[in-house]
Amino acid sequence: MAAHSRGHPAMRERGFSPAGTSPYWWIRPCAGSILFLSLLFLFLFTAAAASAAAPEEEKFTEELLLRPLPDRKALAYFHFRSSAPPAASVGRHHHLFPKAISQLVKKYHISELELSFTQGRWNYEQWGGFDPMSTNNAKPPGVELWGFKLNEGNLRYGALPREAVCTENLTPWLKLLPYRDKAGIASLLYRPSIYKGYYHSQKLKLRSSQSLGIILDQTLTVVLQPNTVSGEQLHSNHGQLQPNWSMRHLFNRKLSGKCLVSKSSRVFIEVDKGIVDNVNKSGSDLSWSNEFFVLSNSPDKLIKGQNHVEIQSSFLYVYDASNYTEEKPLDVGITWKLPLVWTCTPSPFHASRFLMGSGNERGSIALSFMSTNLHKQISGSPTDCSIKAVIFQVVPWYVKVYYHSLEIFIDGSRKTVSEVVDKIHVIPSEDKLLPGTLEMLLRFPCSMQSGTLTLDFDRGFLHIDEYPPDANQGFDIPSALVSFPEFSSARSYPEIDPVLGSPLLENFQEDSVVKSYTEVLLVPLTTPDFSMPYNVITFTCTVLALYFGSLLNALRRRIGEEERELKKTVVILKKWQLLASILYRKFVDELF
Amino acid sequence: MEYIVGLLCRSGSANPLFSTEDAIEANRFMKGIEAVAGDSRGVIGMANFIAQQIEALGAEVCYHKFLPHSKNFHPLKFFTSMTNDIAVQPNGTATNFGINTIGIVRAPRGDGKEAIVLVTPYNSQRVQSNELLSLALGFSVFSLLSQAAWLSKDVVWLSADSQFGEYAAVSAWLNQYHNPVFLSHSVVLHTKMYGANHIYDGNSEKTEVTAFKRAGTMAAALIFKVGETRRYSDRDSVMIYAEASNGQMPNLDLLNVVHYLAVHRQGFRVNIAAFSSLLSSAWLRVIAEILHTLGSVLRKINPDWKLDIAVPDYVEGTANLANSMYNQALGVPTGSHGAFRDYQVDAVSLEFSPTFHVKNENAKSLFLLRGGRLIEGVSRSVNNLLEKFHQSFFLYFLTAPSKFISVGVYMIPFALLLAPLPIVAAALADGSRSMEKTVDKLIDNGKADDIADILQSKGGSWKWLRAAKVLLVIQLWAVLVSLLPYYITQIPDATPMQSALIWAVLSIVVLISLSVLFGSPYSAGVEWKLLKATMITSISIGLGLMSIINFATAQLGALIVIPMCLFSRPLKASGMNFLPRAVLLASNIAFAVLGFPPAALLIMKGVSKGSWSWTIDVGDFWVWMEFLWEWSSATYLYLFLVHLPCWLLCILVLLHPCRQSESKMKQE
Repeated sequence: MAAHSRGHPAMRERGFSPAGTSPYWWIRPCAGSILFLSLLFLFLFTAAAASAAAPEEEKFTEELLLRPLPDRKALAYFHFRSSAPPAASVGRHHHLFPKAISQLVKKYHISELELSFTQGRWNYEQWGGFDPMSTNNAKPPGVELWGFKLNEGNLRYGALPREAVCTENLTPWLKLLPYRDKAGIASLLYRPSIYKGYYHSQKLKLRSSQSLGIILDQTLTVVLQPNTVSGEQLHSNHGQLQPNWSMRHLFNRKLSGKCLVSKSSRVFIEVDKGIVDNVNKSGSDLSWSNEFFVLSNSPDKLIKGQNHVEIQSSFLYVYDASNYTEEKPLDVGITWKLPLVWTCTPSPFHASRFLMGSGNERGSIALSFMSTNLHKQISGSPTDCSIKAVIFQVVPWYVKVYYHSLEIFIDGSRKTVSEVVDKIHVIPSEDKLLPGTLEMLLRFPCSMQSGTLTLDFDRGFLHIDEYPPDANQGFDIPSALVSFPEFSSARSYPEIDPVLGSPLLENFQEDSVVKSYTEVLLVPLTTPDFSMPYNVITFTCTVLALYFGSLLNALRRRIGEEERELKKTVVILKKWQLLASILYRKFVDELF
Repeated sequence: MEYIVGLLCRSGSANPLFSTEDAIEANRFMKGIEAVAGDSRGVIGMANFIAQQIEALGAEVCYHKFLPHSKNFHPLKFFTSMTNDIAVQPNGTATNFGINTIGIVRAPRGDGKEAIVLVTPYNSQRVQSNELLSLALGFSVFSLLSQAAWLSKDVVWLSADSQFGEYAAVSAWLNQYHNPVFLSHSVVLHTKMYGANHIYDGNSEKTEVTAFKRAGTMAAALIFKVGETRRYSDRDSVMIYAEASNGQMPNLDLLNVVHYLAVHRQGFRVNIAAFSSLLSSAWLRVIAEILHTLGSVLRKINPDWKLDIAVPDYVEGTANLANSMYNQALGVPTGSHGAFRDYQVDAVSLEFSPTFHVKNENAKSLFLLRGGRLIEGVSRSVNNLLEKFHQSFFLYFLTAPSKFISVGVYMIPFALLLAPLPIVAAALADGSRSMEKTVDKLIDNGKADDIADILQSKGGSWKWLRAAKVLLVIQLWAVLVSLLPYYITQIPDATPMQSALIWAVLSIVVLISLSVLFGSPYSAGVEWKLLKATMITSISIGLGLMSIINFATAQLGALIVIPMCLFSRPLKASGMNFLPRAVLLASNIAFAVLGFPPAALLIMKGVSKGSWSWTIDVGDFWVWMEFLWEWSSATYLYLFLVHLPCWLLCILVLLHPCRQSESKMKQE
């Protein structure tokens, strides 16, 4: 929280300000030595940087990818890339590239930054957990920020799990585009449609280096429910046709040509490996019109995608938006002919996290891994193999985690930590200053069906000033990130023409590890009724004062003593009276 | 509170979305499950059917298998036994188990941090049409919520297999939810037993269905079931049950929401449980008449005083209040909502009593429509809450579904009852000292020949220590008596009657041996006034402690114990006129009889059942005590650690020989 103001004001200026949430920002450096994730990210980005040639001039590209999902929904992925050449060549002036971003990069020496605003949860079981889409664009609910500064090996991480994402977050994001949402693919962003979806994640990813200049990727991932004809939403797909949809169905808009300044403007329709397998099995070829489905327009190009482990994974139908105009808009869609059931490739383990225990004193965090038996499909199940998993978890200070209480259960039996954990790196939390960070490199046996890690914690007490608004809802523990470094979600497109120059596909080709986020947790802490102390204090003080006052009075009274005292005083009084009378008499005698 | 209630009601009063189509859906579900229930597959068949229906909605589904657990009295795990047992690990051979089926709707745009729980219990072994109707109701609401775009909290629908009792099913599930045991092969076993071949045909991916699934922190829970048809009533009614263990109540706002939506939106008649005997009792009616007349007179004096409560209202309110107090004081939950309260989740049980015949399709559809809208409304209200229910009452007695007595009001009589105790104790102690003073005076006057003798009998100012010793011995006895049942339950095949007798005999044996060991209370020469003072001190401490744990128990207990203590006076004590002494004696004996727990039970039974049949069954007391410790009710502890020693001390005071004072008088 101390570091919160460091990189932040500039973001605020650009309108990324999350309202009233500052206590939740944890931007903090993590020590570099054994930080797997930072290494991992560095690796990722340098690989990407190497693949992209340094641009000569400022460039803008826009792309959209649409994909049917197994649970009768559709995924839309908008990808906009703006790039600026190294600062030395152009000075301070920009034609297309948003000036605010370049100022930000210069002022804070950002080498990499990723900021995402997400609403809803990515469904790893239904929508996949092994493809570039889920690895790069499935984000935890709320706001998340990753960042690296130049000349600093440290990773900075922040999360705001409670941030509600709305159009007010979209507007500043759109401002970074040269034409906002007035032209090109961005014009499809009809607010009521895109905010009606099941998942909504807008992201801003920034990379800069001396040789590369600045590359800004803006992506928006939405999962939408196509409106079916009858208006009834069917969820199961047993014997039912998938819903037909087109751009107009999904966005209530058609695409009328490209954005004038964009270098390339493409629309992809991707069909999953599941569909491809089904179609191949039936013996027909994957043209845009086959026996399972028909696309409404004939594509300009067809690209086969490959996975790291499989021969063929997905198919891409490419449409060039520059071929379409206002008069002849593009309204590409999919019409199903036969019912089709398929599943997306899951990640090796399905990770979920939950709280254990009850009461306001202590509890446990449990991270459970359920095998999806992916390794059997991939490597044919050698029994003595193992799968690596990395856990990265930030826990706010008021949840006082006892890291030594780590317990690991695999398939119902307790394992010692050394059996499973290869490396562990803990930064304990400091009260009111620093959240705790836990990173672990685990090695699970391939045969594991279910594994669970538990960590005990105490619920802290907060000072009255530290309670956020709506404290009675509970406090959030941001999502943990689980990654599987041995699995890469990268796709390769062997037939692709390097001249095609599609940043979206470039991103898909990047070597990124399979990772997934767990649920956000809500920890109910003891929350005072803020109006109550006054009542309680006045009430109890009155009662106590009355009770103890009278009781003490009664206890310390000694009636015998008092009587004696009384007698004494009477004697003294009498003496005084006597004296007074004598004096009086004398006085009177003197007078008269 | 007003604000929150207003907010809730407004949110719940949005036009309900539950339509006739959902009622038709419920009917369809009901037909399906009727067919399955008639089938021979039993437990698994019904669970399968429910799971398939949930799957068809696109919601997540999982099973939870549990074994019945026998509740044993274990003194060392008195308060913890309810939550930490049930490591239900069927070792493959167990055949008698229950299966809960859990459906989870993930809120489309929610973050999954919180969940609303809906529970419909059904007995999979002995299926009744009204239970099927409640399942159908639950399913239709769940199906509606699975399509709702406005959800912000996940919805969990638990169809609890209540063949071992509703509470057992719900509490087993909650235990698995909150305190899972990882040291077992539960998951693997589940997969094997109800894997792809059993429940799902075809898709091999479905093995993971059997893994236990969770949603976030529970915001509130609503348990609803359709009870027996009542044909004599004009309107469908809803019975609300809210009392959880040790007199804990859910937040009042939850009750208010349910009541508001049920009465003002759906036109149900809402009831809470009442003592039926009080409803028809003549003396209560007479009191009500008198109060009504008084009230109307007062109203004539000042029209602003609205004290003239209608007679039926008064009678009903009193019966409800008595039941509410009784249930809270007993400390035993009145339904499966009690299991939620153990995990600090606000929960309330609704029991619908329809007025139609189950075969009447039209009436059934209408009932489903209204019931569905009520549950939808409550879910919606809870869903719209940003925070938990708070800043409202959770310490209250209900006099009607919409009327309550808050802690601020009912604390006053208790405080007034308790307040004189320390004063009386002090006065008694002082009184006994003043008696010593007379002895002192004698010494001062130099009349006494053998001063040493008198000093010995006086014992100095530390005389109260003897009384304290008596008190401690009796407390020790009480602790031993309260622990005895643990050993008695080990005796195999004992009838309640036998157990109770063994208990009584053992208690007396222990008492005698203790008095032999530490000396009889009278032989030490304890003055009765000091004994009474110590007793009053201990009872005020005991009641004060109990009022923190279970206020209703403390309050009801105070009504019996405090007069018993205050009136107690040795039968042989002299120094009073005949009439007051006779009255005091009579009341002493009456209180001594009333204060004896088995006698109190008998009276309680008489009041609750309304049948004043004075057949004494000793076994009943054992059964009642068993009931209390099975539910870990603190009332058991109160009875044996506070009430029983106090009663025994009262008896000791009553039978006090009063020799000492007489001897002193003689000396004088």
